[in-house]
Amino acid sequence: MRHKRPAEGGFSEAMTALIETQGLTKHYPAGEGVVAALQDVSLSIAPGRFVAAMGPSGSGKSTFLNLIGCLDRPTRGSYRLMGEEVEALSHDRLADLRSRRLGFVFQSFNLLPRADALANVELPLIYRGMPRRQRRERAAAALAAVGLADRMHHRPTQLSGGQQQRVAIARAIVGSPDLILADEPTGALDTRTGLSIMALFQALNRSGVGILMVTHDADVARFAERVLRFRDGRLIADETQNAADAATALVALPEADAVA
Amino acid sequence: MNATLPPIASSPRRGIDVFEALRGALSALSANLLRSILTALGIFIGVAAVIATVAVGEGARRQVLAQIQSLGANLLIVWGGSATMGGVRLGAGGRSNLSWDDAAAIAREISEVQVAAGSIRQTFQVVAGNQNWSTTVLATEPDYFTAHEWIADGGRLFSPEEAAGGRKVVILGATVAEMLFAEDDPVGREIRIRQTPFEVIGVMARKGQNPMGQDQDDTVFVPYWTARRSVMGASRANARQVGVISVKVHEGENMAAAEEAIRTLMRQRHRVAANEPDSVSIRNLSDIQATRDASARTLSALLASVAAVSLLVGGIGVMNIMLVSVTERTREIGLRLAIGARRRDVLAQFLLEAVMLALLGGAAGVLAGMALSHILADVAGWPVLVRADAVLIAVGVSALTGLFFGFWPARRAAHLDPITALRHE
Repeated sequence: MRHKRPAEGGFSEAMTALIETQGLTKHYPAGEGVVAALQDVSLSIAPGRFVAAMGPSGSGKSTFLNLIGCLDRPTRGSYRLMGEEVEALSHDRLADLRSRRLGFVFQSFNLLPRADALANVELPLIYRGMPRRQRRERAAAALAAVGLADRMHHRPTQLSGGQQQRVAIARAIVGSPDLILADEPTGALDTRTGLSIMALFQALNRSGVGILMVTHDADVARFAERVLRFRDGRLIADETQNAADAATALVALPEADAVA
Repeated sequence: MNATLPPIASSPRRGIDVFEALRGALSALSANLLRSILTALGIFIGVAAVIATVAVGEGARRQVLAQIQSLGANLLIVWGGSATMGGVRLGAGGRSNLSWDDAAAIAREISEVQVAAGSIRQTFQVVAGNQNWSTTVLATEPDYFTAHEWIADGGRLFSPEEAAGGRKVVILGATVAEMLFAEDDPVGREIRIRQTPFEVIGVMARKGQNPMGQDQDDTVFVPYWTARRSVMGASRANARQVGVISVKVHEGENMAAAEEAIRTLMRQRHRVAANEPDSVSIRNLSDIQATRDASARTLSALLASVAAVSLLVGGIGVMNIMLVSVTERTREIGLRLAIGARRRDVLAQFLLEAVMLALLGGAAGVLAGMALSHILADVAGWPVLVRADAVLIAVGVSALTGLFFGFWPARRAAHLDPITALRHE
C-alpha cells in the first residue's frame, strides 16, 4: 500500500513508519466456526497523519483499531508500532506501549464520574509513575491545550458532552503520544460540537500527533487526509484526500443550529 | 512529535505511588459509603466481640492467677491420709495422722524443701472488749508465714522463740481486725480466745479470697505450742498432732520429685506396709493453676473459633461486595487498562480496596471492643484486660481477611479483556 501526502519539507517519507502491518488478520471463535473479523490487512502510516477508518458495522474497522491500539493481538500477520514488533509482546509490555505511545478517545468519553477533570487527565500519568506535582502541571497544560483551563475542577456531570470529550482528549494527549486512537469520537455529540472536536483534532494533528479515527460517518471522515475503507473484514480502499477544514466548516454552520 | 506538550523524559517505569493508590481506594469506598459501612460491619462486629470477650476472659484469668498466687508459690500441702474408723473411711484430712515431728522431718531430710510447717485450725469465738467474732484460729510456727507468703501490714509476726516458748501472742487477719477493732489499731491490744488473753502483736496484709471463695483474712494466727497448751486442749494421744503440713519447695526445684520424696518419707515414718496405700495425700497448688490454665485455654480456643467464624462471614461479605464493585466498574477497568494500567496495577487497586474495607472495619471493631470492655469494667465491675497483642492480632487478621477474600474479585478485575470491558453496559 502506498500513500501520498503533500510533502512538508519532504522528510516524512524518510522516517520510520508509525504503523506498519503485514497481512494483519484476526479471527474470533463463533459457535462451531470462526469469524474473520479482519483479513490480511497490509498498510503503512507515516507519523503525524490524520487517518480515518470507515465502514459499516462489522466491517472490521473496530477490530483494526483494537489491534493498532495494542488492546488485542492478531491471529496472523505482523504489526510494527514505531518499528517495534507488537504481536508477540506480553500483557505488561503492551500496557507499557499503550501508556507511552498511544492515547484513546471513545464515543462515550469514559471519564471517571467521581474525579474532576484534572484528576481524569492525570490518570495515565499515575500509571507511568510520574510524581504528583509534575503530573498536575502536565494535566493542567493538557486541559489548557483543549480549551478547558477554566474547568479543571469540574466533574464530568458538571460538563457538557463536548467538554467531556475535550477532557477525554486532554487525557489522550497528556502522555505525549505518537498516535491518538479515536473510536467514533463525535458519535454522541451534536453536529456543531462534533465539528469543534474535529477542529481540535486537526489542530492537534498540525502540532504533530498522529490520529487514527474510526467512524461510519462520511461527514466526519472528510476532515481526515487519508481514508481507509473496510468491508467484511477487508481493506477495500485506501485513499488520500484533501482534508476539509473543520474550523471553517464550524464558522459556516448556520446560526440556527447553534445550541445555547 | 507532539508539540502541544513537552515530551516525557524516558525513564524506567516506576510503580504507581502508594499515596495515590490509598487515595484512590478511599475515594472508591466513600463513593458507596453506606455500602462500605454495611460491609465493614460484619468484620467490625466480629472484631469488637472478640476484643471484648478476650478482655473479660483475660481479666478473669489474671484474677484467678492472683488468687492462686496469694496462696503461696511452689507450695505443697500434705494432708493426713484417710484413716479408717470402724470400717468408715473418713477421706482426706478426716483424722490427721500427721505430727509436728513429721513437719520437722520433711524440712530436715528432703533437700528440695525450703520450709515445712505444721498447722492446726479450729473455729472459736474471739472477744475483744465488747466485740466478739467467730473465726478460725490457726496454730502454727513462723515458717508457715514463709510458705504461705503472709506478711504483716501492721506490727510484726511472731518469732521462732515466741512460738517455742508458748507466748500468748496473736496476729489478726485483716477481716478479724476490722470486725473486732473497726478503725482502731489493734496492735498492743488484748483479745481473748476461750477465756485466754492474747496480746495482738500484728495485723496481716490483706489477701482476699482464695480460689475456693473463702476469705483468707478471716483468721487469727497463734503459736502452735501456746494453742496446744491454752486453747486447743491436747490429750496425750494427739499432743503433737497437726492438721496439715505446708511445704515450700525451693525455687526452681522439681515439685514432683519433692512430692515423691515426701510421700516416701511419710510411708517410712508412719510404717506403712508395701501393699498398703499412702498414709498422706499431697496437693500441689500449681495443679490447680494448671487446671485453671487449661480451662482458660479451652475458652480461648472457643473464642478464637467464634472469631474465625465471624471473620469468615465478614470476609464473604467483603468478597461479595468486591465482586459487585468489579462488575459495576467494568468500563472503568477497561479504561484503566487501555490508558496503560498493567494487570498488577488493577489487581493492586482492588486488593487495596478490599484490605482497606476490612481494616477499617477491624480498627473500628477494636475501638468498640475496648470501649465495651471499659463499660463492662465500670458497670458490671468485671476485671477486664485488653492486651496489646490481642489488638494487633485482631487488626492483622482483619487485613489478612481483606487480602484473602479480596484476591479473587481483584484477580477477576485484572484479567478482564479491555475491549469487552470498554463495551460493557
